[in-house]
Amino acid sequence: MSSATTTTGRPAVAAAPAPGALRTALRRPAARKVLLIALLTAVAAPFAAARWGSGSWPSGLTVALDGPLGKANDWIIDNRDSHWLFLYFFGHVSNAVIVSVRAVYTVLLALGWAGVTAGAGLLAWRVAGRRAAVTAVASFAVCGLLGMWVPTMRTLALMTVAVAASVAVGALLGLAAGLSDRMFRVLRPVLDTMQALPAFAYLLPVVLVFGIGVAPAVLATVVYAAPPMARLTALGLRGTDKGVLEAVDSLGATGRQRLLTARLPLARRELLLGVNQTIMMALSMAVIASVIGADGLGDRVYQALSTVDVGSALAAGVPIVLLAIVLDRITAGSPTPRQGPARRGRTLTLWAAGAAATALVATAARLLGGQSWPDGWTVAIARPVNTAKDWMVDHLYSGVPGVGGTADWAAHYTGWVLDPLRDGLQSLPWWGALALVAALAWLIGTWRTALTAVLSLAAIGVLGRWDASMDTLSQVLAAVAVTLVLGFAVAVAAARSPRVDRLLRPVLDVFQTMPQFVYLIPVVALFGIGRAPAAAAAIVYALPAVVRIVSQGLRQADPAALESARSLGATGGQQLRQVQFPLARASLLLAVNQAVVLVLSVVIIGALVGGGALGYEVVFGLAQGDLATGLVAGTAIACLGLMLDRVTQPTKPKEAN
Amino acid sequence: MTRKVKAAVLAAAVGLMATATGCGAADMTKQSSPYANAAGAKTVTLSVQSWVGARANTAVAQYLLEHELDYRVDTVQVDEVPAWDALSQGRVDAMLEDWGHPEQEKRYVQDKKTVTDGGDLGVTGHIGWWVPTYFAEAHPDVLDWRNLDKYASQLRTSESGGKGQLLDGSPSYVTNDKALVKNLKLDYQVVFAGSEAAQITQIKQFAKDKRPFLTYWYEPQWLFNQVPMTEVKLPAYTDECAEKGTADPSTVDCAYPTTPLKKYLNTEFTKKGGKAARFLKKFHWTKEDQNEVAQMIAEDKLPADEAAKRWVQRHPDVWKTWLD
Repeated sequence: MSSATTTTGRPAVAAAPAPGALRTALRRPAARKVLLIALLTAVAAPFAAARWGSGSWPSGLTVALDGPLGKANDWIIDNRDSHWLFLYFFGHVSNAVIVSVRAVYTVLLALGWAGVTAGAGLLAWRVAGRRAAVTAVASFAVCGLLGMWVPTMRTLALMTVAVAASVAVGALLGLAAGLSDRMFRVLRPVLDTMQALPAFAYLLPVVLVFGIGVAPAVLATVVYAAPPMARLTALGLRGTDKGVLEAVDSLGATGRQRLLTARLPLARRELLLGVNQTIMMALSMAVIASVIGADGLGDRVYQALSTVDVGSALAAGVPIVLLAIVLDRITAGSPTPRQGPARRGRTLTLWAAGAAATALVATAARLLGGQSWPDGWTVAIARPVNTAKDWMVDHLYSGVPGVGGTADWAAHYTGWVLDPLRDGLQSLPWWGALALVAALAWLIGTWRTALTAVLSLAAIGVLGRWDASMDTLSQVLAAVAVTLVLGFAVAVAAARSPRVDRLLRPVLDVFQTMPQFVYLIPVVALFGIGRAPAAAAAIVYALPAVVRIVSQGLRQADPAALESARSLGATGGQQLRQVQFPLARASLLLAVNQAVVLVLSVVIIGALVGGGALGYEVVFGLAQGDLATGLVAGTAIACLGLMLDRVTQPTKPKEAN
Repeated sequence: MTRKVKAAVLAAAVGLMATATGCGAADMTKQSSPYANAAGAKTVTLSVQSWVGARANTAVAQYLLEHELDYRVDTVQVDEVPAWDALSQGRVDAMLEDWGHPEQEKRYVQDKKTVTDGGDLGVTGHIGWWVPTYFAEAHPDVLDWRNLDKYASQLRTSESGGKGQLLDGSPSYVTNDKALVKNLKLDYQVVFAGSEAAQITQIKQFAKDKRPFLTYWYEPQWLFNQVPMTEVKLPAYTDECAEKGTADPSTVDCAYPTTPLKKYLNTEFTKKGGKAARFLKKFHWTKEDQNEVAQMIAEDKLPADEAAKRWVQRHPDVWKTWLD
């Protein structure tokens, strides 16, 4: 199985002169695809080259959007305070958001620190058991101890509203897509775009329409966090067991009964996972949204960044991680078994008792002390953290005997990997790049995915961002390569030793939820300014997902196959190479795809430490209120993401329709 | 069945629109932060820009507003251009340090009249190119732009592609450096650090190794106390050059101007802001004052309010006049 699938097209093309070999090679579909693309290119390229040249994307084929986007920008600013669209629509939307956030925040303030902590503990206990309750109580206590109580409450209020809105929007979209094939087809590219467009890129239009503050932050979060809910809802509804549906039909159920009694309950797992994913996505926006004045923990991280204060950034970042862990445990908690009427009554009583207990604790604490976290009960971690960071930088930056300092590594990475890769990509003729992408995407997917990939790449050229995109692409490819090498190595260790796996799990949790802004400064301090620190940040961010997916794939390899390999006397390495890796092929491909997607999503953040290229243009657009620059660069990143996704995501033919 | 669902979705959408549009106009300029006035206190919202000097202004203003005038102060970190927009919308009440944005000034102060000039901050800002003083002392002729090419090879980094590196900062800063490098025909590459934090970290790293560097930087800045730097002379700033630059920024070939930094207030706030608005208009201090606070925040890592408190205790003579 493995030998057939790992064949690439290249040997087939090289073997072209020998007719016998050609015929055998052509029997393979992959070779036929490559040959067809090669033929097409050979026919079209001379014309394209003669007409438009063959360097980077020809200027004759670009469309300048600066003019119209600039005009749109000015129109919005001039009409924002008077046009009906703003007064009677956007105004009410933002008003609703503000009123809701305010309501939640007022409740949290009224509960006070004791009430919130007790309430969270009881909720976690009811939904997910005792361990989750302990985690919840301890986490809120740590938020208070770090002196972050008020920002944590602000973030929590914002998150509550944003998650509720995202779940509502996502569930509605998912319901439509789950029940109607046409909606499913229409929505898929929309959701793809929402997820591919970097979060930074939608901050700009949202700020333009809604101004800065909490309302635009919530709305930007919804755009970012609703797609997973929509996808999983649709997936759950579409995946309903046909047998069950037929049984329900035969009982004469109406459409609505069928939906409420069969399809939705059966999709429960997916729906819960959707809520869980939405929460995680929304939390990861908490810091990014602080760039447009979202306040709360994100703002503390962002302000600490501006004074190069890693310790304070960490003190504000830890509560974000803890919130993520608590919310994850609560929403991913063991699903309670189906309940009869008697149990439901008991459940209601228990919930009421929980609410009463929370209120009691809140009132008691209020009478005894006050609502805000006591001033004396804080632990200042900023200073020791900064000292530790300074020590690391002092000792690792340069002149480490034998291996060289981190600054040298950064220079080597830039000079030996990034520069040649960038120069290579930028000197590729534009039609050659299109052909290459077409071939890769078609080999791994269908002609539809190949078409999407080629059109995305062409769109980048048409937008006039070819060179910058090739620069970004080189950074992404290099970082993905490093991520995969490291990720596979760690995953193999984790898959083989349960102890490593156990030790690794909390580390991965932290790195997956820690806001990237927190480690930007240490990364600069270690690697200097430029593309190398940006790559380091991207690798840190993408690594946990790769490790998780790969080690799970390896562990799930059929035990029987492993056992028989072992009985044949295969060494550990042989087992790994010849049994586990081939069996985990699907997981490995998914890991590659995720690495690409996650690394790309850090491109803009990387621009804050000198990554340059497209990311810089997006940040520039936001900082200078320049819609044309920011949005076009953001779109180019989205196109790049779509292209990379199609090139790395194997699509089964039946999914392609 | 699908038709029913579609109808339901449509009805929900119409319902949402109806609730959204049915109850009169909603003026977005009247929507403040949901956290404002949460405990029934009067709130002032100040915008903070990403550099530390701006944080120093805000920290002191915040401390005095809270402790002397009994306001609650919220701060929002936004870049300058979005801050203008936020001021106009009333999302923030004041911006204490603007480095000169003629286009925004025309749009909001003169045309829409939603933003009001709040007077000078008292600090004069200057942007330029700087080299570390240890390098300037060893090679005094580097201080003239005409000799910069001689040192390009020493200032090369892995990011500057064979040329010398001119380190630039955050994308939100006013900069003509790309045009300058091109028009003065210098053998340099502008490398954007992407944020001031990254730029400061890099400068400190260079300084620790006593390596030469050339950077876009500005006064007033607390980092000068840590890493002494000397300015490189560029062709003199002239009105003619400025006019040319306003028409087409890519033609600029002279130094940056010296800008008295200004405060801007939301117009409505100037009318209704009472004591807070009067106080913010009077706020006026010197470069030394600002650096003193900035240094405490950025270098000694004091929380901003602690730094402000120390300055306030040391300089009652300065701030007492702002309260009258």
